[in-house]
Amino acid sequence: MERPHPSNRQINEDLLRPILHTSWRFYAATLLLGLSLLAAVLAWSYQIHRGIGVAGIRYPVMWAFYITNFVFWIGISHAGTLISAILRLVNAGWRRPITRCAEAITVFALMVGSMFPIIHLGRPWLFFWLIPYPNERLIWPNFRSPLMWDFMAINTYLIGSVTYLYLPMVPDLAAVRDRSRGLRRKIYSLLALGWQGTATQWNRLERAISIMAVIIVPVAVSVHTIVSWDFAMTLNPMWKSTIFGPYFVVGAIFSGIAALILAMAVLRKILRLEEYLKPLHFDNLGKLLLTMSCLWFYFTFAEYLTVWYNNEPHELVVFRSKVSGRYAPLFWTMMAGNFVIPMILLGIRRLRTITGTAIAAFTVVVAMWLERFLIIVPTLAHPRLPFVRGTYAPTWVEITITVGTVAYFALLYLIFTKLFPIISLWELKEGYRERRARTSLAVPVAAASGAGELRP
Amino acid sequence: MAEWAMVIDLDRCTGCEACVAACRAENNVPTRGEEECAKGRHQSWIRVERYLEGEFPDVRARFIPVLCQHCDNAPCEPVCPVFATYHNPEGLNVQVYNRCVGTRFCANNCPYTVRFFNFFAPAWDEPLNYQLNPDVSVRMSGVMEKCTFCVQRIQKVQGIAKDERRAVRDGEIQPACAQACPAEAIVFGDRSDPESRVSLLGRSGRRFQLLEDLGTQPRVVYLKRDSWEEGRNSEGERRGTSASVK
Repeated sequence: MERPHPSNRQINEDLLRPILHTSWRFYAATLLLGLSLLAAVLAWSYQIHRGIGVAGIRYPVMWAFYITNFVFWIGISHAGTLISAILRLVNAGWRRPITRCAEAITVFALMVGSMFPIIHLGRPWLFFWLIPYPNERLIWPNFRSPLMWDFMAINTYLIGSVTYLYLPMVPDLAAVRDRSRGLRRKIYSLLALGWQGTATQWNRLERAISIMAVIIVPVAVSVHTIVSWDFAMTLNPMWKSTIFGPYFVVGAIFSGIAALILAMAVLRKILRLEEYLKPLHFDNLGKLLLTMSCLWFYFTFAEYLTVWYNNEPHELVVFRSKVSGRYAPLFWTMMAGNFVIPMILLGIRRLRTITGTAIAAFTVVVAMWLERFLIIVPTLAHPRLPFVRGTYAPTWVEITITVGTVAYFALLYLIFTKLFPIISLWELKEGYRERRARTSLAVPVAAASGAGELRP
Repeated sequence: MAEWAMVIDLDRCTGCEACVAACRAENNVPTRGEEECAKGRHQSWIRVERYLEGEFPDVRARFIPVLCQHCDNAPCEPVCPVFATYHNPEGLNVQVYNRCVGTRFCANNCPYTVRFFNFFAPAWDEPLNYQLNPDVSVRMSGVMEKCTFCVQRIQKVQGIAKDERRAVRDGEIQPACAQACPAEAIVFGDRSDPESRVSLLGRSGRRFQLLEDLGTQPRVVYLKRDSWEEGRNSEGERRGTSASVK
């Protein structure tokens, strides 16, 4: 007989605690992350003032850290979609405590990632020229450009994922509303959209969530496919690859799951959620990460083998620079972090503990960043005409901005956990009720739920 | 309508780089200084690529001037999200500096790597700042630039011809690189006129285009270097064929 589930009162108490009470640690962490963000803002201001030349980009490596970060964060944003939408669609019961933290990652990673194409512009103050707004000169953006597709796809995904994060949160916002007073109560009343928990409201909410879950999956797949087309649509060696679409989607989901595991491990410690984020969740997500690791390796193998076997000179130059040339240390670190270490830590059951999965997730996140870097820079450093080959090294500006945006992501996440329950209260309670019903402990519905906090 | 094109005879090119200097002076191309150039921030709309062949002491240098190829099927054009680079009716691949937001996607997708980015605001070493060409706009920080086929010269001659109610004569328009070339290796003109020098030279058996197999359809035609030693070129054609059509 397993341990009894936490009671609904216990759930409310545990999961609403971070919202209703704030410790000094929160302020300290906010300050630290805020300072990092400030440093990044200053670095960016300096870059705008002096010109983009203060970054390490050069002729012919015109894209480097910023675009790497862009692709990386858009990849991380795929955590929410897969875990939440797919697991919700297949009705996997263990998803319940992790959907919201996944969906929040999606939204914040998108917010951070979508800044980078603007940071990287030569004239960032003119980024709005990519928006198809009516203007007196009748100039439209160029819809043939993959960057335009990107712009559209990411905006669609951001709107979709914010909606998808918000919808299942409505009943929980009402729960917070009912437990707070004053200004806080006013704000949460507004956010809860007058949720009363009637049968009609539950019915509509459920339908809306199912519709969004179905819609968000193809949107997510298309987003990272389109990001890959920024590269695959060009003529450049080792960029013009037909498998880049699915390769990037797989890599995105891979890094997304890793980011989710990391976020869960941190939340579990900081918010004391040991009761809710259990070894089972890390075990299941660890297996999923292992699967994605194998899939990633398969795509990488297919990609590199064909290039090597083709023996086409322009491509081979890039290939060699990666596997045995200047970028080889990064390449083999990527291989270790994305495949070898996860294989060991996640493949052996004894090592697939919470710590084990968290370590594997960390190496995957780092290695996936390297993977994006290795796709972008070596190709640009080796153009077809050998006379103009070049190298790239980042400057302090790029490094500060990169670190600062990681802090920015953490800060957004931290503030989110302060304002909203990071675990979906009602979904969790519903899950426990279903389990209890299955073990034939007849609990009257009215007794199990507070008024309107659970689906009748 | 004219179709501007260029022929570069590699047999005549000595690699002196007069074209490079002339282009810089004509088009207000900024100088970036030694340190920045070492970092890969140089801008040079035309460059002379030098390839060394053979083993010491039997080494031979081969030169090839590379500039924007003004491809008919230009890979840089569709990727620009704001139409800052487009094809004008006369077939020139045009860069609209005012419209450029600086995504640098065009430079990445140029197989010839002939697009140059202004990483900083433009600057010139003394005394070059006193000789800026008033006919050419200076490009601001954060925009892309590249060879224009000296569009300002084309427009000037077209204006004169229009005033005199006549067609532009072959050879009347000379880009700075062609004008400066002491060996007359660079020829510019209208390829839609079958009797123009570019058309005649462009039909030579020695013709080739850079990275032709990519299907970019460049407007710059190169004439292969003769093998001086054998007195014949690779097609077995006699030396001096290109000179005879003049």
